[in-house]
Amino acid sequence: MSAISLIQISIGAILINNFVLMKFLGLCPFFGVSKRLSSAVGMGMAVVFVMTVASMITWIIQNALLVPLELAYLQTIVFILVIAALVQLVEMILQKFSPSLYEALGIFLPLITTNCAILGVALLNAGINALTARPYTFLEAIVSGIASGIGFTLALVLMAGIREKLELADVPGPLKGLPVAFVTAGLMAIAFLGFSGFDFFR
Amino acid sequence: MIGAELKRGIVTENPILILALGLCPSLAVSTSLVNGLGMGLAATFVLVASNIIISLVKGFIPEKVRIPCFIVVIATFVTIVQLVMKAYLPELNASLGIFVPLIVVNCVILGRAEAFASKNNLFRSLIDGLVMGLGFTVALCILSVFREVLGSNKLLGLKFLPGFQPMSVFILAPGGFLTIAFVMGIVNYVRQKKEAK
Repeated sequence: MSAISLIQISIGAILINNFVLMKFLGLCPFFGVSKRLSSAVGMGMAVVFVMTVASMITWIIQNALLVPLELAYLQTIVFILVIAALVQLVEMILQKFSPSLYEALGIFLPLITTNCAILGVALLNAGINALTARPYTFLEAIVSGIASGIGFTLALVLMAGIREKLELADVPGPLKGLPVAFVTAGLMAIAFLGFSGFDFFR
Repeated sequence: MIGAELKRGIVTENPILILALGLCPSLAVSTSLVNGLGMGLAATFVLVASNIIISLVKGFIPEKVRIPCFIVVIATFVTIVQLVMKAYLPELNASLGIFVPLIVVNCVILGRAEAFASKNNLFRSLIDGLVMGLGFTVALCILSVFREVLGSNKLLGLKFLPGFQPMSVFILAPGGFLTIAFVMGIVNYVRQKKEAK
């Protein structure tokens, strides 16, 4: 494993297989929190943070407990419980040791438990992927966690910027609100489709 | 009563098209009707089963830890679906991929557990799970029919219109967003027309 493959993983997760626009993971917060730019940035930071920690913890659980004990079929139950507990723990630790960060991220943390992007990144790290043809190593899992979070933040911030402008636009009645946000996301996804020409996987 | 409940689940409170819940799986797997139907039925099974269990044990669960308890119940049934699908429908399992385990975080299921099954009796929760699951499945099928016909000119794997050039963007990611945008737009248009009357 070299630095090249870590770069490949990052670019793959941020641009080519963007979590929101290409893999449809984490759509609920994507449409729910993208109305204002400031809250989009806060949500993005919280997701990067939790995704990185979740990637680490679930990798350790997968490789130190589930695989040696042949309990891999319990993966779904264990991962979702770990993530739910982790979010609570992160919330408590932040509240105690970094009140300013807690102020900034606090309200977004409870929303993250049911964010499918977090469980998604844990499952993808543990599964066999196209790049390395085996589950990620610990370092690769961390990089994939950070990069997926950044990819999510990028899409969320871009979307929030567009939606702030969109409020002033004259949208046809039935398309007001969520439908026009979907059209925007669709156009953004077409733009991101352009990155799929990057030939990193061979 | 069944008729009114069916209308509530499929039309007036449709989980995807009206309430906008469970968007991730509905956009990701609606690339073909078989996938959409498979996902819809799997989610319906989990929804009905978890609603039954949660309405039975609601008296024993302390208020503070109810969400983790609900998630464990839901995750158990998702694991059952995962194992059954892997054994008997390996092709469907491969094309749904990561979205089978992700039924756990489908907000329709947790939403119904929290809003309905934890407050109502067994029979009403069962009916609610059934109609909401059907509403989810119907909406998924509508999306998948549009995407499969426009994107690959096929329906259930069979050729649809001879001489029609399929627009492959509709089975790629952007097509999912555009399809749901216009289906929701049509639904809103019909609703506004009805309210104006």
